[in-house]
Amino acid sequence: MSYYGLVDGTEASLKKYLASLSGVDQVGADARAAMLATRSIKAASKRWAIDTAISMVDLTTLEGADTPGKVQALCSKAVRPDPTDSSVPSVGAVCVYNDMVGIARTHLDLIGGEHVGVAAVSTAFPSGRASMPVKIQDTQDAIDAGASEIDMVIDRGAFLSGRYIEVFDEIVKIREVCGDKAHLKVIFETGELVTYDNVRKASFLAMAAGAHFIKTSTGKVAPAATAPVVLVMLEAVRDFYAMTKVRIGVKPAGGIRNTKDAIKQLVLVNETAGPEWLKPSLFRIGASALLNDLLMQRMKMDDGYYASPQYVTID
Amino acid sequence: MSNRIDVKKTYKLFINGAFPRTESGRTYEVKNAKGVFIAHPCLASRKDLKDAVVAARAAQAGWNKASAYNKGQILYRIAEILEGRRAQFVDEIVSVTGVTKAKADKELTDSVDRLVWYAGWTDKISSLSGALNPVAGPYYNFTIPESMGVIAAIAPEAPSLLGLIDAIAPIIVGGNTVIVLASTKAPLSAMSFAEVIATSDVPAGVINILTGKKDEIAPWMASHMDIDGFDISGLGAKKHAEVKTVATENLKRIYSFKSADPARILAFMENKTVWHPIGL
Repeated sequence: MSYYGLVDGTEASLKKYLASLSGVDQVGADARAAMLATRSIKAASKRWAIDTAISMVDLTTLEGADTPGKVQALCSKAVRPDPTDSSVPSVGAVCVYNDMVGIARTHLDLIGGEHVGVAAVSTAFPSGRASMPVKIQDTQDAIDAGASEIDMVIDRGAFLSGRYIEVFDEIVKIREVCGDKAHLKVIFETGELVTYDNVRKASFLAMAAGAHFIKTSTGKVAPAATAPVVLVMLEAVRDFYAMTKVRIGVKPAGGIRNTKDAIKQLVLVNETAGPEWLKPSLFRIGASALLNDLLMQRMKMDDGYYASPQYVTID
Repeated sequence: MSNRIDVKKTYKLFINGAFPRTESGRTYEVKNAKGVFIAHPCLASRKDLKDAVVAARAAQAGWNKASAYNKGQILYRIAEILEGRRAQFVDEIVSVTGVTKAKADKELTDSVDRLVWYAGWTDKISSLSGALNPVAGPYYNFTIPESMGVIAAIAPEAPSLLGLIDAIAPIIVGGNTVIVLASTKAPLSAMSFAEVIATSDVPAGVINILTGKKDEIAPWMASHMDIDGFDISGLGAKKHAEVKTVATENLKRIYSFKSADPARILAFMENKTVWHPIGL
């Protein structure tokens, strides 16, 4: 592991690297995110944006009450979001708990959804409170069951206490477990990180440690993927690309419930990181209710009148 | 001489228990019978209608679940509050329509009485229309009326307040939520009535009131897939055929009424039949 030549794996080098980061102008970030949210989107662009957003959805079910039946239904929806319209693209991936990965993978393969990935939440999601061997085993289980993406949570307690090297080492180890088999997404739970400076710091820490994606939230804590937080993370991946020529993906998750929110996210991506990021391999949206709203907006654009939730599935 | 500046009221829409301006920013002029300018109410847009439907849909399950007794209490509460603001409504009706004070006062009395009358229907409508059906087997077989869902309505041009109440009350008696388009020429009492609703324990989203042009909004109401029924009593007869044609796409129930009648309540209810084994 080279760490892109930014750190050598020692605590001293990590501290030096994190200390070299510029701070975030909080008022400026809020204002820029608010300004970008007012962009008007014309009908033709909106149609493209809806389809792009659908292809970027990580269709998620992370409930204690999940059953194999529910996960299978979700997989069917992931492959053909609107059964009456084959022009609707498949979503990016389904996101489930560790024990549902095998069920999801098998069902996806069975119904012709080989192109849809299975993302597993890992490392004692959502709190991250478990020993390292347990976290490694958690991740290994998911990969063995067929997960192609691992959504790990960081130890926010360690991060907020300034024990950055612990967080760094955890990410490095989980990345080693992932190897070539799975993409690693690192969840910060930005609602618990308090400041934008911390979000920027966590972003650079995770990227240097080998994350393929940085992700805002677990969806269990509010506030989750607010526009300024996503903006700060997008600026981080842009700056990281300038330093290393490596493109890291971003995944906002939690609180993105309707088409308007999703399109605002796409505007943020385009205006901050750039159009290269506007593809499912570099931008994902973690959501469950969002997909139905995207489908209803799509129906409205096709039919010319407002759709009803009675015409999409109840999840 | 007083140097106080007039405090003029801004007439806005009533959606989800709040008073937003139309998202379109459009307004139109309301003049009294003599052609004198009175106010600039909102000219509601299609997106305002959409927002109102989202609010009405979200509120419907909760309102449907409220007991008949509770629904009756709330309707009666609207009547109580309306009675207490009699002077304001009489003034508004007189200033906009130019009728005599006595006639406006009579409309207010009729409006309050009509609300009380509808309040009484909440716990009686299922007895009137429901049935215990005879069946050949050891079962009870009940038929009971249930709410249809989200209903749109167009209030008549006149009488502007009584007509509005006749458009709203029968729909919500049955457990539906409503989006009503007020009288275009005399919308002021409708928007003041929204203030009465906002202070009468009516849950947010159960009643939503728009102001604007009937010919513009009626086809949007008819085509919206998430509106289950449509009361077109206040829409000009020439427009009926167009609205009904548009609504065939979504099988929306469309009715038009001439007077207050329990049939108005039942029009937007659906019969549910339940089989229940005897002895269990």
